[in-house]
Amino acid sequence: MLTYLINGISLGSVYAIIALGYTMVYGIAKMLNFAHGDVIMVGGYAAYCAMAYLGWPPAAAVVFSIAVCTMLGIVIERLAYKPLREATSLAVLITAIGVSYFLQNAALLIWSSNPKIFPNIFASMPPLKIGDAQISAVTIVTICANIIIMIALTLFTGKTKMGKAMRAVSEDKGAATLMGINVNFTISMTFAIGSGLAAIAGVLLCTAYPNLVPTTGAMPGIKAFVAAVFGGIGSIPGAMIGGILLGVIEIVARALVPAVPSDIFVFAVLIIVLLIKPDGLLGRKISEKV
Amino acid sequence: MGNMLKVDGLNVFYGNIHAIKGISFEVNEGEIVTLIGANGAGKSTTLNTVGGLLKAKSGSIEFEGREISGTPAHRVVSEGMALCPEGRRVFAQLTVRENLEMGAYTRNKAEAAETIERVFEQFPRLKERSRQTAGTLSGGEQQMLAMGRALMSKPKLMMLDEPSMGLAPILVQQIFDIIEALNKEGTTILLVEQNAQMALSIADRAYVLETGKIVNTGTGKDLLNDDSVRKAYLGG
Repeated sequence: MLTYLINGISLGSVYAIIALGYTMVYGIAKMLNFAHGDVIMVGGYAAYCAMAYLGWPPAAAVVFSIAVCTMLGIVIERLAYKPLREATSLAVLITAIGVSYFLQNAALLIWSSNPKIFPNIFASMPPLKIGDAQISAVTIVTICANIIIMIALTLFTGKTKMGKAMRAVSEDKGAATLMGINVNFTISMTFAIGSGLAAIAGVLLCTAYPNLVPTTGAMPGIKAFVAAVFGGIGSIPGAMIGGILLGVIEIVARALVPAVPSDIFVFAVLIIVLLIKPDGLLGRKISEKV
Repeated sequence: MGNMLKVDGLNVFYGNIHAIKGISFEVNEGEIVTLIGANGAGKSTTLNTVGGLLKAKSGSIEFEGREISGTPAHRVVSEGMALCPEGRRVFAQLTVRENLEMGAYTRNKAEAAETIERVFEQFPRLKERSRQTAGTLSGGEQQMLAMGRALMSKPKLMMLDEPSMGLAPILVQQIFDIIEALNKEGTTILLVEQNAQMALSIADRAYVLETGKIVNTGTGKDLLNDDSVRKAYLGG
């Protein structure tokens, strides 16, 4: 049971890192970036190429992957979403789905549908043993990375000038502009951060599940969206808690009822949350004073 | 005393609707100037266009002799003017202190820290509540916060859009006292108000707007005694 729990937390931590990206972008730009999952896939391929074709060490490959995804995030926002700043949210949503398919098919053209086997970048690190349970290095790194990222993001949005400006933009773009905040730049930075996180998630995901194909990011992306809604979309701690709980639910369900595909439980969570508590576990209602 | 703000032949459209029809006005250094008029006359549209939130179709907006009508909205505040918008629009989920810090976004930390102390002197209530989120403040406190936030950029020209809206009479008086005090300390004021009585009583000069045009102008005192203004805006 302990093994399941740890595996669940590990998978959930990947969901949590992806969900943090979703939640950042939703919280500030007020849009669901459904292409977020595919940025993860690009991150995985970027790291893979750096190691397999250029022979770079894993650490350099991770940095390269983060750089590629950060740029990709900025470019996507600039080309696809910025022209729709005043459009209805449905138009933006459909555009995001379009970007998602574009990235998947572009990857199909470049890397074909044959899976690439992602190397275990933590192969040199021994697994940790607690009693009967064995915890792999990638699990430990994933959980640590998740905690570090959450703390860093919380400090960033709470303490730094840029972070506070992001919160101001999320509440009222017009008023933020009057303060002298460059709203477009701030939204670009949000996408940059969210996509950088997607790269980290991509590398961790591919290390744990080494079959890299153009649709690698799609399912984890959607599940991370469920996690973000579960925790309360827009909330940073909510994304983390939602992600971990969802990972545990998925792994435990897979172990207890192997006959039923575990994805059913994941999406049942979404339906139940939307029915019972649509603002999620840590979502807050915004009250306005006139 | 030179022109601080000079607006000439300003035309603003919302889609096909011609909201501002070629208006011209000026604000001199040290003055309190008010734009009065009924709902929908174009007062807020005028302020939002000067503040850069709306784009003018034609016409010029000169601030201290520089043309600013093409300047991106977020750069206007660095020119030395601040707009305290209609409905206050404080950042409800940020604390009072964070709201004020946002007001000084274009300035460095040391300058901001100095100005924040001055704003706290002017609005002691904000200092008491500096760690509360702005959403928990009363309407009057939110108005003070919105004004304090605009002052954080140390503007030469402060534009206020309906600062008395929705406030109890005693608070309205307090807000107008603060506006006069700010003016005495050297801030030029451009005020938009539906409360014409109060606005005219503190204004050096005033413009009357009707459906996007300036129909009357004069000193605050003259307009308070003007028959047509009394009938239309002061209840007879």
